[in-house]
Amino acid sequence: MAFLDALLNGLTLGGMYALVAMGLTLQYGVARIMNLSYGEFLIAAAFATYWLFQLHAINPLLALFLVVPVAFALNWLIYQVLLNPLVKRSRTRGELEVNSILATFGLLFVIQGLVLLLFGSNYFSYTYINTVVMLAGSPLAMDRLLAVGFAVVIGALLYLALMRTRPGTALRAVSVDPRAAQLVGINVRAASAMAFALGGGLVAASGVLVSMFTTFNASMGVVFTMKALIVVIMGGAGNLLGALAAGLILGLAESFVSTYVAPGLTLAVTFALFLLVLLVRPTGMMGRAEA
Amino acid sequence: MMARSEIAGALLLCAGIAFFALLPGYVGGYGLSMAINFLMFAILATAWALFSGPTGYVSLATVAFFGIGAYSMAVLGETLPWAAVIAISATIAFVIALLVGLSTLRLRGVYFVIFSFGLAELIRQLVNWYESTHAGSVGRYVFLDISQQQIVWQLTAVLALVLIVGWLIGRSRVGFALRMIGDDETVALHCGINITLIKVMVFALSATFMAVVGAILAPRWTYLDPSIAFNPNISFQVLIMALLGGARRLYGPILGVIPMVLLFEYLSANFPHLFSVLLGITFLAIVYLVPNGVAGLYDTYRRKWRERGVAQPAREGSA
Repeated sequence: MAFLDALLNGLTLGGMYALVAMGLTLQYGVARIMNLSYGEFLIAAAFATYWLFQLHAINPLLALFLVVPVAFALNWLIYQVLLNPLVKRSRTRGELEVNSILATFGLLFVIQGLVLLLFGSNYFSYTYINTVVMLAGSPLAMDRLLAVGFAVVIGALLYLALMRTRPGTALRAVSVDPRAAQLVGINVRAASAMAFALGGGLVAASGVLVSMFTTFNASMGVVFTMKALIVVIMGGAGNLLGALAAGLILGLAESFVSTYVAPGLTLAVTFALFLLVLLVRPTGMMGRAEA
Repeated sequence: MMARSEIAGALLLCAGIAFFALLPGYVGGYGLSMAINFLMFAILATAWALFSGPTGYVSLATVAFFGIGAYSMAVLGETLPWAAVIAISATIAFVIALLVGLSTLRLRGVYFVIFSFGLAELIRQLVNWYESTHAGSVGRYVFLDISQQQIVWQLTAVLALVLIVGWLIGRSRVGFALRMIGDDETVALHCGINITLIKVMVFALSATFMAVVGAILAPRWTYLDPSIAFNPNISFQVLIMALLGGARRLYGPILGVIPMVLLFEYLSANFPHLFSVLLGITFLAIVYLVPNGVAGLYDTYRRKWRERGVAQPAREGSA
C-alpha cells in the first residue's frame, strides 16, 4: 500500500509542479525574462486567497477569478515599466538574462518584504474542504484532488490556446526566434508583455490552488521559484509538454524517495535529476523541438 | 603609468593593513563588530569577483562555501588546532568546488546561476539531514577562545592575501584567459585555452577563500545551525556589493562593500521591518542606475576627463 500511496502522492505533487512551472516557461521561454521573483507572486496569491477567505468569506475557487486578473494586469505593468528598459539596454540574449535575473532579484526582496510586513513570518493555512476520498484503498485529500483537477483544466486550456489560436501561434513564434517573428509582422514587445503577464496570471492561479492544501509563509517563495526553474530547464524552455513531463518526474521521484529513503533527501534528488538531464541533454528533455 | 597605479595600490594596501591591525586598540565592541562585517564582506566580494567578474558567470553559491567553512570550525574546532581546521575547511571547499565546477561549469549563463542558487540549499539540506539522523541534534555550540580582535587580525591577513592573489592572477596568463572566456568562450577555446581547467581552478580558488572566511567567523556566533551558516542572504548581499563596486576591477568590490555595509547597518538598526523592502529597492536602483558599478563610473569619468585634457591643446594648436 505504501507504493500506491507514494504513487498517488507523487502524481498530485508532480501535477502541481507542472502547473507552477507553466507560467515560468512562458515568461522565460517567450519573454526571455529569467524571473527570480516568480515564487513570490505565488506566495502573494496564496496570502490574498487566505485574506479573502478568512476575512471576507470568499471561497478560494471564486478567489481564482479575482486574484488571477489582478496578477495578470500587475505583471503586464511590471513588464512594461520595469523590464522593458532592460530589454532595450541588453544587446544579447545572455545579457538580458543576467540583467533580468538581477532586476527580478530586487523585486523578490520587495515583494517578500511587503508580505512579511502585512502578515508577519508565521505559517498560515486554512481549511476549505476537509473530506478524504478513498482511491483503491489509498486515502486522498479532496482539496488536493480538486486542485489537481483545476490544474489539469488550466493546463489543457493553455495548451489549446497556444496551439490552436493565432495569438498563441505568435507567442510560440517569438519563443523560437524573436527576430524572425518581427519579420513576419509580429509585435515582439506586445507578445513578450502578453507572455509575461500570462505567466504571472498562471503563477497566481497556482498560488490560489496550492494555498488550499498546504501551509505557507512569507519566505517560501524561493522554494517554488527553484522548483519551477528546475522543471522549466529540465523540460526545455518554452515547452509546455516538457514542463508537464518534468514536473511529473520530479513529483514522483520526490514522493518515492521520501517514502522509501529519507524525507530529508528530496532536494538532493531534485538536484541529481536536474544535473543528469542537463549533462545528457543541455537543452532539456524536449529541447527546442516543438511538441 | 601602470606602474604608478600599482605602487599606489600597494601603498593603499599597506595603509589598510596598518589601519585594521591597529584598530582593535582604539575602538570598542561596536567598532570591532563593524570592522568584522566590513572585512568579511570585502573578502567574500573580492573572492566572488575573482571568478565571476572576468568570466561573467554569476554565482550565488557564496554561502555554500562560507557555510562549509563555518561548519568545519563548529564540528572540529574543539578537537583540532585552529590552523588545522582552517586548512581542512579550505580543502573541503576546494574539493567540493572542483567537483561542482567540473559538472556545472560547462553549463552556460543562466543554468549556472540556477544551479549555484540551489547548491547552497542542497548543502544546507544535506547537513541538516546528516545532523538530525547521525549526529543527534541540529545546532552546535562553538566555544573557542578567540576574541573579536583576533578575528579582525585574521580577516585582515586573508583580505591582504586575496588582494595579492587577485593582483597576481590579473596580470598573469590565467587572468588574460579568464577575461577572454568572459568575452567569448568559443574564441577562447579556439585560441587553445583550456577553458574548463581555468574556470574550474579559479572557481575552486575563490571558493577556498570563502570557506576560510566562514571558518574564521564561526567563533563569533557561539551557536550555529544550518540556517545561520547557510543563510542565503549572504550570497545575495555579496553579489549586490560586488556589482555596486564593479566586478571587473580588483578594487571594485571593496568600493561597493564600504557603502553597503554602512547601509545594511543603518537599515537593520532603524527599519528592521522594512529591511527586505529597502534591500530590494537598493538592488533595483543599482541595476538600473549603476550598471557597471562605481569602478565603471570612475573609469567613464576618467576617460571623459582625459579626452578633455587631450582636446584642449589641439584646439589651441588650430587657433
